[in-house]
Amino acid sequence: MSTNKVQIALVLPDLLGTYGDFGNAVVLEKRMTWRGIPAEIVNIRFGEPVPESCDIYVVGGGEDTAQTLAVRHLRDHPGMQRAAARGAVILGVCAGIQIFGESFTRADQVTHPGLGLIDSTSHAGGSRAIGEVIATPAGGLFEGLLTGFENHQGRTVLGPSAQPLAHVKVGTGNDGSVEGAVQGRILCTYLHGPVLPRNPQIADLLIEWATGAKPGPLDLPDVTRLRTERAKAAGVSL
Amino acid sequence: MPNTPGADPARLPLRTAAAVRLGNMSSKLSQKMGLGAGGMIGGRVALRLDPQALAHLTSGRSVALVTGTNGKTTSTMMLSRAVSFLGEVATNHGGANMPDGHVTALSKQPDAPYAVLEVDEGYFPEVVRAASPAVAVLLNLSRDQLDRVGEVRTIEKSLRTALASVTGVVVANCDDIMVTSAARDSANVVWVATGTGWHNDAASCPRCGDPIRWEGEHWFCTGCDLARPRPQWVTGDGYLVAPNGVKVELSLRLPGKFNQANAVMATAAAAALGVPVEEAVQRLRAVSNVAGRYRTIQRSGHRARLLLSKNPAGWSETLTVVREADHPAVLVINAHEADGRDLSWLWDVPFERLRGRQVIASGERATDLAVRLTYAEVEHTIVPDPLLAIDAMPPGPVEVIANYTAFRDLNARAAQ
Repeated sequence: MSTNKVQIALVLPDLLGTYGDFGNAVVLEKRMTWRGIPAEIVNIRFGEPVPESCDIYVVGGGEDTAQTLAVRHLRDHPGMQRAAARGAVILGVCAGIQIFGESFTRADQVTHPGLGLIDSTSHAGGSRAIGEVIATPAGGLFEGLLTGFENHQGRTVLGPSAQPLAHVKVGTGNDGSVEGAVQGRILCTYLHGPVLPRNPQIADLLIEWATGAKPGPLDLPDVTRLRTERAKAAGVSL
Repeated sequence: MPNTPGADPARLPLRTAAAVRLGNMSSKLSQKMGLGAGGMIGGRVALRLDPQALAHLTSGRSVALVTGTNGKTTSTMMLSRAVSFLGEVATNHGGANMPDGHVTALSKQPDAPYAVLEVDEGYFPEVVRAASPAVAVLLNLSRDQLDRVGEVRTIEKSLRTALASVTGVVVANCDDIMVTSAARDSANVVWVATGTGWHNDAASCPRCGDPIRWEGEHWFCTGCDLARPRPQWVTGDGYLVAPNGVKVELSLRLPGKFNQANAVMATAAAAALGVPVEEAVQRLRAVSNVAGRYRTIQRSGHRARLLLSKNPAGWSETLTVVREADHPAVLVINAHEADGRDLSWLWDVPFERLRGRQVIASGERATDLAVRLTYAEVEHTIVPDPLLAIDAMPPGPVEVIANYTAFRDLNARAAQ
């Protein structure tokens, strides 16, 4: 698939698209095309092979069954893992963070092997974490607050090779203390909203990784207004 | 009344009769004091006093239950109108679709030999057990309020178990994969091709997990024997074809393909109870306003049509309806418990279809919607109060699409 456009793979939207995850791909595409960087979304559906030539892979959230099926499919068609080995950019949301790790253990105590892309393990927590999340950047990776909506039962423990994305101020995240994971150019988060419409600085970070250049400014007043509103709703001033 | 079923109050157990009386009193009190419409409180009181009230109140009646993600209220109203050909019908108009709402509705019409009840998907198994329905209608299943209702596949499994226990007729939409899986194990299924179904939650088979493949209107699982059953009823553009091959014009007053689907499902269900097709269609044709939905209000030189949409499948259908004309649109979004607090679903709605049209983002979460519209490249302004948003439009027709609590509040304010 040789093209001069930045290709954004929307991975298994028909299995892992439960929480508007299409939005993350749209935000990446528009933030590039509006700045004159040609970009396109490539839908990779269940039953189809996964290409290894894309520049950014976006993996969303899904129900338990869908998650198991997705792992099976991504193992049978390891295009994304091959792309990761050559440094492609990957965003994993919710189920994404769980299936990218070494393993995930469900509420029924059955442990499933993950894709081994990040140094983490996940297990089912006692209660479902549902609600607004506010977190501050870890390791100076991005600016401003991270905001989103979480809805998950999984808890994630990071190993030494993975760094947290942020420190939780409001909400649960991985474990009540840190949120998400970063390892190389793989970025994971539990946050929906979806996460990139709410956090343009994270979208631009992924674009920078993919294109090798920091993208220019892009002022979207509605996005700024939304970030202020959601932070206020969570009791935090931005 | 020979040969007519009925829940003669004189035959109700003493405890149920007393519970019903007290429940009815609570409903009236609630209305008088302006606390509510009395749609639920009466039933809540009655159920507290007699947990078996629903079973006792449905006993002896011919009961039809309607469930699914979208179209429940409209289909219930259509079916109750059609069944009124046979006799008096007790029904829960207005969406009070949990057991307390059912008990309230049944208590108000203790002599009605027929009951047509809208049932929340989550309560369906419980209501099936209590009501032993003669007909159960399953419209469609798609993602809806993930933080409250739960996952579609979980709902499908619980409906599957409940429907397998139904000894009456199950009327099911065979163009919906989840519905087909849920209904297939029932003894007596009438399949309806509605031409509508939300496919985005059903890429993998609900039975075995393998991919589902589509060939035209036919679909089948690549791993097991789940496949689209042959329909007895078919929905065409503006007409239906009955099992005997007769084509009947629908000529509905309600707009959209999904209301045609609701009408054919209701007709098939009415036929299962013994209503002649022409009689059924003639009665549901007259439906023009369902609990305030689809009605037009006059305001400040505007004719605003009020449309309710609660989830991606519903919004997608409604955007198709408003596409028929190029009127300005006010979109109203709230995110209370009853709406689902997670607004991620806004990104599953194809708002791109509104490009080039005058649009105002409104409601308590207008800003979330505005961001979605920005990335859909739909020009818009933000006016959080929906009535002021209508006023801000140029005089003439306006389409107002709102989600659940936004619609409810707007409808109440517009009525003042």
